[in-house]
Amino acid sequence: MKKKEVPQDDEGLLEGKLRDLCYAVDEDGNYVTVLSTGWEPKNAAMHQAWEEIHEKVELTRQKVLDGELSMLAYFMEKNIMDMKLLAQYTGIPRRKLKRHMNPRKFQALGREILEKYAEAFTISIEELTDITRLEEAK
Amino acid sequence: MSENNKDISIDFEHHHAAHCENGVTSNLLRHHNLNLSEAMVFGIGSGIFFSYMPFIKLNGLPVISFRPYPGMIFNRLCRRLGIKIQRYKFRKDPDRAMNTLDSIIEQGIPCACLVGVFHLTYFPDPYRFHFNAHNLIVYGREGDEYLISDPIMESPVRLTYKDLKRVRYAKGTFPPKGRMYYMADIPEDYDLPKAIVSGIKKTSREMLTIPIPLFGVKGIRYMARRMKKWPKKLGDRKASHYLGQVVRMLEEIGTGGAGFRFMYAAFLQEAAKELKQDWLNDCSKEMTEAGDRWREFAIIAGRIFKGREGKNESYIAAAEILLDIADREEKIYRQLKRIKLN
Repeated sequence: MKKKEVPQDDEGLLEGKLRDLCYAVDEDGNYVTVLSTGWEPKNAAMHQAWEEIHEKVELTRQKVLDGELSMLAYFMEKNIMDMKLLAQYTGIPRRKLKRHMNPRKFQALGREILEKYAEAFTISIEELTDITRLEEAK
Repeated sequence: MSENNKDISIDFEHHHAAHCENGVTSNLLRHHNLNLSEAMVFGIGSGIFFSYMPFIKLNGLPVISFRPYPGMIFNRLCRRLGIKIQRYKFRKDPDRAMNTLDSIIEQGIPCACLVGVFHLTYFPDPYRFHFNAHNLIVYGREGDEYLISDPIMESPVRLTYKDLKRVRYAKGTFPPKGRMYYMADIPEDYDLPKAIVSGIKKTSREMLTIPIPLFGVKGIRYMARRMKKWPKKLGDRKASHYLGQVVRMLEEIGTGGAGFRFMYAAFLQEAAKELKQDWLNDCSKEMTEAGDRWREFAIIAGRIFKGREGKNESYIAAAEILLDIADREEKIYRQLKRIKLN
């Protein structure tokens, strides 16, 4: 890759927080490093991965609003976790976790357990339990 | 952390790098007055690799990698230069992990930590997946915040005590478990040319002679052959996700472009100078060309998963490029394999 060809296809994926360091050759054929704000095929691959995640989150959001699943299921998907990972973060066994996916069982949970979940998702207990917020969330 | 802990700021120079492991290594070495570039660290540590493991799946996608197992580059480099490393791991005691870190930086030693990126607050959101083999350096503390040199960031950053503790105890695949390390002893009479030659030899061996067809040049060919069948075998949607996975691994933050091929070409150029062996410059050029082919592959792949082309022919065209890359790279590693000290 030539220095001049280092792509600058910024689609906001890096949120302006950093630029990617790339290796490229200058006019004399010597390697130099150049900063890049993104590259189209790479951006497309990232979008593809996120679309898949967003689809799952949206599907789960609907199920929670329909009363099929608890808020726990929504936040698990939103944090790209599965039951195994969530169990590791909270220390709550998977078999219990599975039960907490049930909206009625979830509502009956005590503060102590809710605290653990909220901590794993880095949100407050209010956010974790307030279903009205889900109606606007998208 | 107790209230009366005083602020510490070690005089540490942050250098931006493409990849975290090379970058941390290079930055630590520079701190100890051993000036090796990221590319040099990468080459001596035999960082270039390829593996395709369709039987192991992460989130339903096959594992594809352009680099060896995390930590290998660092370990190999230190071994080849005779650097002694002090390592720590605190399986179940986050408080001790933080206290020990404090006591190390209090001695004026910058300390590298393994962390998960999902909860890294300064990271761009779209890149925050549950990936647990990220490296950063802690070089100070100010109030409740730690001073962090993360080589993939352009400038130093900060993390609160709580956030640093959290990322050091990320969960999932390869949990860091509070692992940290620093360079305890750097010999003055290290042999750089010898280390470069060992690094190159190891790379060419690994890319050519691992007797399992999932690795090295054979792995590239294997993936190419399977890729031709992806649309039929997996269906359009899944096939395009497989392809997306290849491109993400190829171009994710930290490869420096084209799955580390350009970084390796930069290393070969430096090696040519260091060893006074001009033929390595030709290998560097050929590696650059291979890297350019990898990028052509990514462009075709990008068109497929953006839905502009979804037909079998495009997969075959993409796979053909990979086969050509395998031939090109094989030729390079065969030349490199014969490297000797002058």
